Amino acid sequence: MAGTEVGVAPPAATPPKPPPAPRRFSRDELENRLFAVLRVVVIVGLLIVTLFPFYYMGLLSLRPLDRVLQDPGALWVGPSEWDLGSYLTVLTPGGAGGQGFLQFMANSAIVAFGTVVLTLLIALPGAYAVSRLRFFGRRQVSVLFLAVYLFPSILLAVPLFVFFTRIGLRGSLAGLLIVYVSQIVAVSIYMLRNYFDTVPVSLEEAAAIDGCSRLGVMRRISLPLAMPAIIANALFVFMIAWNEFLFALLFLVEDRDRWTVSLGLSQLAGGIEIPTTVLMAGSVIVTIPIIVVFFASERLLTEGLTAGAEKG
Amino acid sequence: MSVDVGAPAPSSGSGGAPRSDRRSGSGRTLQRAEARAGLALISPTVVIVVVMVVLPILWTVLLAFQRLRLLNLRSSGLFGNFTLANFEKVFGSSAFWGNLATTLAYSVFGTAAAIGVGLVAALALRRRFRFRGLVRAAMLLPYVAPIVAVTYAWKTMLSPQFGVANHWGTRLLGWDEPIAFLSQRSSEVSVFGWHVGVPTALLTVIAFEAWRSFPFAFLFLTARLQAVPSTLEEAARVDGATLTQRFRYIVLPQLLPTIAVLSVLRFIWTFNSFDDIWLLTGGGAGTEVISVSVFNSLTARGDIGGAAAQALVLAAILAVLIGLYLWRLAPREEQS
Repeated sequence: MAGTEVGVAPPAATPPKPPPAPRRFSRDELENRLFAVLRVVVIVGLLIVTLFPFYYMGLLSLRPLDRVLQDPGALWVGPSEWDLGSYLTVLTPGGAGGQGFLQFMANSAIVAFGTVVLTLLIALPGAYAVSRLRFFGRRQVSVLFLAVYLFPSILLAVPLFVFFTRIGLRGSLAGLLIVYVSQIVAVSIYMLRNYFDTVPVSLEEAAAIDGCSRLGVMRRISLPLAMPAIIANALFVFMIAWNEFLFALLFLVEDRDRWTVSLGLSQLAGGIEIPTTVLMAGSVIVTIPIIVVFFASERLLTEGLTAGAEKG
Repeated sequence: MSVDVGAPAPSSGSGGAPRSDRRSGSGRTLQRAEARAGLALISPTVVIVVVMVVLPILWTVLLAFQRLRLLNLRSSGLFGNFTLANFEKVFGSSAFWGNLATTLAYSVFGTAAAIGVGLVAALALRRRFRFRGLVRAAMLLPYVAPIVAVTYAWKTMLSPQFGVANHWGTRLLGWDEPIAFLSQRSSEVSVFGWHVGVPTALLTVIAFEAWRSFPFAFLFLTARLQAVPSTLEEAARVDGATLTQRFRYIVLPQLLPTIAVLSVLRFIWTFNSFDDIWLLTGGGAGTEVISVSVFNSLTARGDIGGAAAQALVLAAILAVLIGLYLWRLAPREEQS
């Protein structure tokens, strides 16, 4: 499909003798030229729109506040003007006059890694079962998971907020972690199942005939073959947990020491006393792990997510 | 399109089929062992989903029919005095209907814009060129980046005091004064002498929604485009069809089912979304969608019953809309 539009030859050249007829564009040629230009314009435009907020984030985080206020429209500053003071302020612990983002990042990391490990521990056997084993209620389970995915999370927020307030777990990272796992596990199973479906059953049967137990088949055959999907899934879960905001806000807002990095940024942005440049440095710090993980896993992720999408 | 619809439903098992034919004793034992193993492996998931999702949703129904406030939470039991007061208050307040209209406008226009931009992006990046992989990856960034960070960047960009948008807008585009994109309920725009009220803040959050979620549509439409066979298009070109004609009659019909699915998914997610608007405007300036209003009832006013009732209504409206879609549109899709 690539290059289908390139090879269109112009209409046959006019014979040399008669005066060249007024050259008229056919509709086809006109469209080809028009869209060749439009295509470049669209790509460049989309790239600018997509990337500019990220660029702006990085730019402001590197400029001192007074310079930003003097000249808010500057779109480029040379390295000589860069100032890493905002990063220092944002990372310094709260006791020492900074904003304590290191603590927030540690909290986020605990929650995100915990969610990844727990989700995989629960979802891997589940996905294997849904993909491979025939048991009573398999279809119903799939429907249940789909429904979970479509329910408004704000609907869930009300009872969970009340429940965790009641049992006094609100404000604990463990409570938040369990909520995350319960929300993500359905999606995780869906993605992993798609992958297990592509692993040939005959391999597992061969192992079973050779005397492997069910668990042995899983451990020795299915899991190693599904490793790319498992890694992609782990990174996907990590990104969701790292980015999550609503439940972190509901559960942790009262205790600054437990804030996740997303929550910390949003809470500090609500006040007026912290300079914009410092918070931009905070935004960059929140975003960098995600961008690293995303570029490391982009291919795996997009394939995992859109598996089956070409079926319409 | 008819080629693809008949793909086997993924849940109807791979490889299990031959085993069901075995009627011998050992076969049945094998089957039983398999069923036992399946249940054992799936049970942790079912337990956590039932305990943390299904039961809470059912509990919301109970909560919605009680007069419960955060203050008297400790003293009240699971089953209190049931009353319809919360729903009367919800349906009786003009604020709720306004919020519902805002939610619908936000989801419909946000979904349409996201899918429109996603489609344009997918088509523009269809042909191979250098760095295409990199450009594609870059276009997915808005969707994966932390919502708190990108909303903060947008808020700063659009700030009337030192935002870059207003700085260049007033200098280059001739704006008379800085526009408070996120805190202005509406502004007058004169088009050919007509003064039209434009809901500034709502349009801004819709634009943000389009920016944030077009990559999702882009990703899926790109995947679908890759599966479009090139032979059809080549044949059409030989027959003299131009670029737009080939798009209109060859490519678009093949994309429509994907667009339909995307519309439903994006609509559901936009309808339910809370973070974006909460972080951008806090629900002010005419952008208070229902989920933000639920959150405010719950935390600011501590009105658990009212929050639960609103959330239930939100879910019910969504269920009705999805039901309508499945009933009206899904059968037609099967035939096409």
